[in-house]
Amino acid sequence: MPIGDLGPELAVLLTAIAVLLLAMVLPQHRHGWCAALAVAGLAVAAGLAHAQADVSRLTFSGTFALDGATAWGRVLIVGLTALCIGLSPRWFATDRRHGEVYAMFLFSALGAMAMAGAADLMELVVGVLLSSVTGYVLAAYHRDWAISLEAGMKYFLVGALANALLVIGVVLVVGMAGSTAYAELSGAIPEDPLALTGVALILTGLFFKMGAVPAHTWVPDVAEGAPVPAAAFLTVVPKIAGAIALYRVVALAPGIEALSLLVAIVAATTMTVGNLSALWQDDVRRLLGWSSVSQAGYALMAVAVAGRAPQALPALIAFMAVYGIANVAAFAVIARLRGRTAITDYSGLVGMHPGPVVVLTVALLSFVGIPPLAGFLGKLALFTAALEAGLGWLVIVAVANTVLSLFYYLRVVAPAVFGTPGAGAATLRGSAHVTLWLSLALLLGATIFWSPLWSALPGALLP
Amino acid sequence: MLTLAILIPLLAAAVLAVAPLGATTARWTATGAAALSLLALVVVWIGGGEGFRAVSEVPWVPELGIAWRVGVDGMSLALALMSALLFVVATAWPIELQQARAYYAWMAFLAGVSIGLFVTLDLIVFYVFFDLSLVGMYFLIGRWGHGEAQHAALKFFVYTLAGSLLILIGIIVLALNMPELTFDMRALIDTPPLAAAGVVPGLVFLAFVIGFGIKTPIFPFHTWLPPAHVDAPGPASALLAGVLLKMGAYGLIRIPLQMMPETFARWALPLAIVGVISILWGAIVAFAQENLKRRIAYTSVNHMGYTVLGIAVAGSALGSEAARQLALTGAVVEMIAHGLITGALFLIAGAVWQRSQDYHLPNFGGLAGPAPRLTGAATLAAFASLGLPGLAGFVAELHIFLGAFGVYPWIAAIGLLGILITAALFLRLLRQMFFGDLPKERAGFTDLTRIEVALLAALLALVVLIGLWPAWLLSLIDARALIAVPGGGG
Repeated sequence: MPIGDLGPELAVLLTAIAVLLLAMVLPQHRHGWCAALAVAGLAVAAGLAHAQADVSRLTFSGTFALDGATAWGRVLIVGLTALCIGLSPRWFATDRRHGEVYAMFLFSALGAMAMAGAADLMELVVGVLLSSVTGYVLAAYHRDWAISLEAGMKYFLVGALANALLVIGVVLVVGMAGSTAYAELSGAIPEDPLALTGVALILTGLFFKMGAVPAHTWVPDVAEGAPVPAAAFLTVVPKIAGAIALYRVVALAPGIEALSLLVAIVAATTMTVGNLSALWQDDVRRLLGWSSVSQAGYALMAVAVAGRAPQALPALIAFMAVYGIANVAAFAVIARLRGRTAITDYSGLVGMHPGPVVVLTVALLSFVGIPPLAGFLGKLALFTAALEAGLGWLVIVAVANTVLSLFYYLRVVAPAVFGTPGAGAATLRGSAHVTLWLSLALLLGATIFWSPLWSALPGALLP
Repeated sequence: MLTLAILIPLLAAAVLAVAPLGATTARWTATGAAALSLLALVVVWIGGGEGFRAVSEVPWVPELGIAWRVGVDGMSLALALMSALLFVVATAWPIELQQARAYYAWMAFLAGVSIGLFVTLDLIVFYVFFDLSLVGMYFLIGRWGHGEAQHAALKFFVYTLAGSLLILIGIIVLALNMPELTFDMRALIDTPPLAAAGVVPGLVFLAFVIGFGIKTPIFPFHTWLPPAHVDAPGPASALLAGVLLKMGAYGLIRIPLQMMPETFARWALPLAIVGVISILWGAIVAFAQENLKRRIAYTSVNHMGYTVLGIAVAGSALGSEAARQLALTGAVVEMIAHGLITGALFLIAGAVWQRSQDYHLPNFGGLAGPAPRLTGAATLAAFASLGLPGLAGFVAELHIFLGAFGVYPWIAAIGLLGILITAALFLRLLRQMFFGDLPKERAGFTDLTRIEVALLAALLALVVLIGLWPAWLLSLIDARALIAVPGGGG
């Protein structure tokens, strides 16, 4: 087990420690350097991950899968974490613990990477827990703001329950199947009630990470209460890792129809609940939180057809990647507007801040799936995979939800574009501004370079 | 060449979005872009040819069989030409607005995507343009409309997006049933997938009919249309009626009729009945409207009903082949004629709004005195719309009903009633607007300016030309090529 196999993870870990030490040494007004160091470390990790892109083997005694899904998961997690860090320096500038937040981002990203690559149930638990524990801290980072504390608390309570269920599920599966390694579990999970309950509990734990029903309730609170960069991070990075981990688990039992059906039902419920709840939100951050729930529902369509449609895995990764970029872009707009969130505050914004309004419009229309934005290509891939596997009803539900979602996205866009401007407000420039345009560029670039990206996506998993 | 016709307006839109131009410069930039686009299409037309011509192809996502494919046959070339002309007229149409530069940017954008929709040969690109046209029209109505503009724009967007997503499902199912995954229209037309009977083709057909039916619109999916029309600015209504509605009917011919002829034949009778209901419903409801634009809007439902009837007859696989070809020719001519005529009518309505800020018909009267040119143009357009012989509408309806009597005589007979009602409602409209006494508040009503007359003349001249000498248009459309498979396969 060559240590280099975990190069990207180690790079993130060492950077996190270095950032922590740097934050202790530097005076608070210099903590921006910690962000620079963190991004540099992430760049190294991305480089190492890219170097391993073509490797396909299990490593560390079969606990970690080095395959296409891991490679994409690593690059996405590292890249999107860097974007979220880009939003942070000015946002946290007045926070006494400014520098430490970057260490938290990095530890959380490390947990997500472990989750995405896990090829062993215990490894999965470690990843989920690391990602969760750091997530609670990030959500409650504004210690003297009640809403942020409440978000952290809710995240913690729901997470504690979900993680406990996950561990119980792991125990049941290990007990019935006799192994924790995916390589041995693959196709060997017995079809008896206890083992199936175990798998279902594991799925529930991962639904929590993805923000899917029934463990979705933390998402809107975190989106509203967490510091905006942390909200962007928590609604994106753990979800991508959770989606890949979920796919790996479901792919272990390709023959068990009930699991696919369970995931399909959860997918339908998640998108419907998310969209219905988003309809009348008057707070843009909360609205984005609920929209993030519904997007998780769409992504689950691909998990539901895992192993039954050749395009399921590429569709899942592509959709989550596009969703992640668009979500960071949307939160970048909010960061740029210094956390301005009431929909009424967006009235006539296009006159004062045309740039952010354009980015927000593009991001939201990408969520809807208006072509030729990348969100459409992601949804097209999802629909194709689901229709190919014969899940027509799920596609109909997704279509109905898409129409529904247009309504509330336009509730944000319409006042911003058509409304009469109110009073001006403070804005955040600096790196948040750069991140805003960078994420827009990535989103548009995804459309243009869809073909090479799509053909680079992995078709299958390792074990 | 066709790619140019799409890219020039889109490029102009991008320039208008960022460059700080004045209102007049912006207007002529957008008009010029649409005119260049029209020119490119005319060059293709002069080039001539059979079947799909001016084809070019650039791969986009080859793994999924998606590519930038453009090419036209007679039907799409005719529709694209009509659209480009209407865009030239509508962007050049003088209108006072706020933020004129953004308005013309959206107009140019809409021109690019609308022309693109008619000339593309790839189903995914078709869907892309279909949805982008919604986005463009949403912002045009929401930002520059009047009355409850935002509400109307939202209704329009949500309603038609629902339709377009159904179309997307249908497209994916069609492509998945090809031997090799492809979205190339030519391949799908040559070897129609889903030939077998069963539930799936029926459902896919239903998805297409509802999806395109919302856009066309056909009864009972037409309810988004009146508010969108009433609250949109005049030129945008002209485009909505003249170009965007045609996308629905065009799609109905291109996809269900050409790509699933067997299923179409099976369901042609219900579709014909829906068409007739649209004819009658549109005409009767239009008759009852007291709002100028609402009345014209409902006549669109009526006229698109004729088109749907023609399409249904063409795909019925009953009667003689000649009858079906007549009906299809009529349907396409109806699309062109309706685009030109209703485009002109809505521009006239826009001119009335500019001068009076009012659409309520009883508030008008006697405009023939102060505005003879407006009266002349409106009268000609109204007569064309009600199907007076010698004008374009008559040619279209004659073909449709000649074909329909050969296939579904009873339905055709009922549909004829629609023409009668339409005639009555337009005559009443002319009387209410232009004859009788001039109300006091209309005292300062001014006539059409020279540029407005010139723009309307361009549209109405074509209406007369098609009415008097339709042969050039009929040979361009070439309905025989559209239903080449004898008996529609069924």
